[in-house]
Amino acid sequence: MRYNMLKRTSKRNAPTRITDHPILQFNRGRELTFFFEGKAMKGYEGETIAAALVANGVKVFRYSEKHKRARGFFCAVGKCSSCLMVVDGKPNTMVCMEPLRQGVRVERQRGRGKI
Amino acid sequence: MSNFKDGGIVIVGGGPAGLSAAITAAQLGAPVTLIDDNPRLGGQLIKQTHKFFGSKSHYCGIRGIDIATLLEQQLYATPAKVILNTTVIGHFKPNILGLANQHTFTKLSYQRLIIATGASENTTLFENNDLPGIYGAGAVQTLMNVFGIRPGKNVLMVGSGNIGLIVSYQLLQAGINVVAVIEALPKIGGYHVHAAKLARLGIPILTSHTIKAALGKEYVTGAVICRVDKNFKPIKGTEKRLKVDTICLAVGLSPLVEILSQIGCQMVFIPQLGGQVAWHNENMETTVSGVYVAGDASGVEEPSTAKLEPSIAGAHAAARLTGKVTESQNIITQAKLELAAIRQGPFGEKAAKGKEKMMQTVR
Repeated sequence: MRYNMLKRTSKRNAPTRITDHPILQFNRGRELTFFFEGKAMKGYEGETIAAALVANGVKVFRYSEKHKRARGFFCAVGKCSSCLMVVDGKPNTMVCMEPLRQGVRVERQRGRGKI
Repeated sequence: MSNFKDGGIVIVGGGPAGLSAAITAAQLGAPVTLIDDNPRLGGQLIKQTHKFFGSKSHYCGIRGIDIATLLEQQLYATPAKVILNTTVIGHFKPNILGLANQHTFTKLSYQRLIIATGASENTTLFENNDLPGIYGAGAVQTLMNVFGIRPGKNVLMVGSGNIGLIVSYQLLQAGINVVAVIEALPKIGGYHVHAAKLARLGIPILTSHTIKAALGKEYVTGAVICRVDKNFKPIKGTEKRLKVDTICLAVGLSPLVEILSQIGCQMVFIPQLGGQVAWHNENMETTVSGVYVAGDASGVEEPSTAKLEPSIAGAHAAARLTGKVTESQNIITQAKLELAAIRQGPFGEKAAKGKEKMMQTVR
């Protein structure tokens, strides 16, 4: 019981980025700054835009066209189109496949986006 | 007309199946081009931190991530050409592929084609199943095992097949709380050894349970689960609310067959193989001569067979190009023997039934 409570407290404060892992070691690349809806955020070279957004606590990536439903990260392999965003002004960019770049501007897409 | 190159044996997909087919064909001396849409080879292996089962010759006891490196090294030791970050987006008659990367569109012709596109994850029906915070199990693996990022703090796992069980354990390894694993069937779907690992850590695995709804407006803040009867109908009054911020779906895979279908290969629906698959003979050749299929794209199956069928496809395609008929035939015969042995086992049974059903379908 006491062990469980301890465990829960630590869980609540667990940061999004994993540092200690029993099997894996994460050798992150150079730290990069990018912008989400104009707000500066940090990520690492070698990760996708979608991964960096999740690490910064961003859950909503776009809104659907008809019912304006929130859409987030779903498949991570460039298949489902749930993560289409506006990247440096270019709509319909699959951010789960798009590598993070220094200074890249990422915006939520509303509907289909204008080309 | 031909202002584009010829790829020889072109293989679409650089996962375990595509790599195995490419290695076999290239080692036989055939010209090989392997295309993948990711920045590195290995497909889904690059996020699989668990050790594989099976016989030693099929990489048992080795973690998926290490198998990816092994296969990659084997391929790079051959003269095979590798095109990364590139998606095959279409097929033109008679033998030309359309390739797109971030910036350009190019064409590539082939003499033999092996489709090893793998499979995509299924979703399932429940209220609010489109909310952010609902992930495919593979996406969760990518986030935590490739990028080292936790998708959430408290997870509900839907599905107790091997993927559901293994990913649940990996979530715990990453310091994420698994609130429960639910399963619509009356018994756990995956191997006992995986389920036991979760049980020892006190993670509830609730059989005869389904997800009724995801809660939340902009993203997941909870889930409603309930019991189901023998016919998978929800039982009223058994609803339970769970406080979770992530719902992970591990409810099966469907072969990725778009290109095969566009090429005009005859498709058949075989539930045991995951749905629509291209009809293929025992040499993995589809109804279109010179077009092969390998790996999960040919039918979703246990990973222990992941290199056998692709080797057959690679050897068969290479035999006709290189003229090394005897060498190719030896590889094919050996692989078929091993395949038959695996499919006799309890976990190969389903795929064996599926393949048998496919063979009975009139082409």
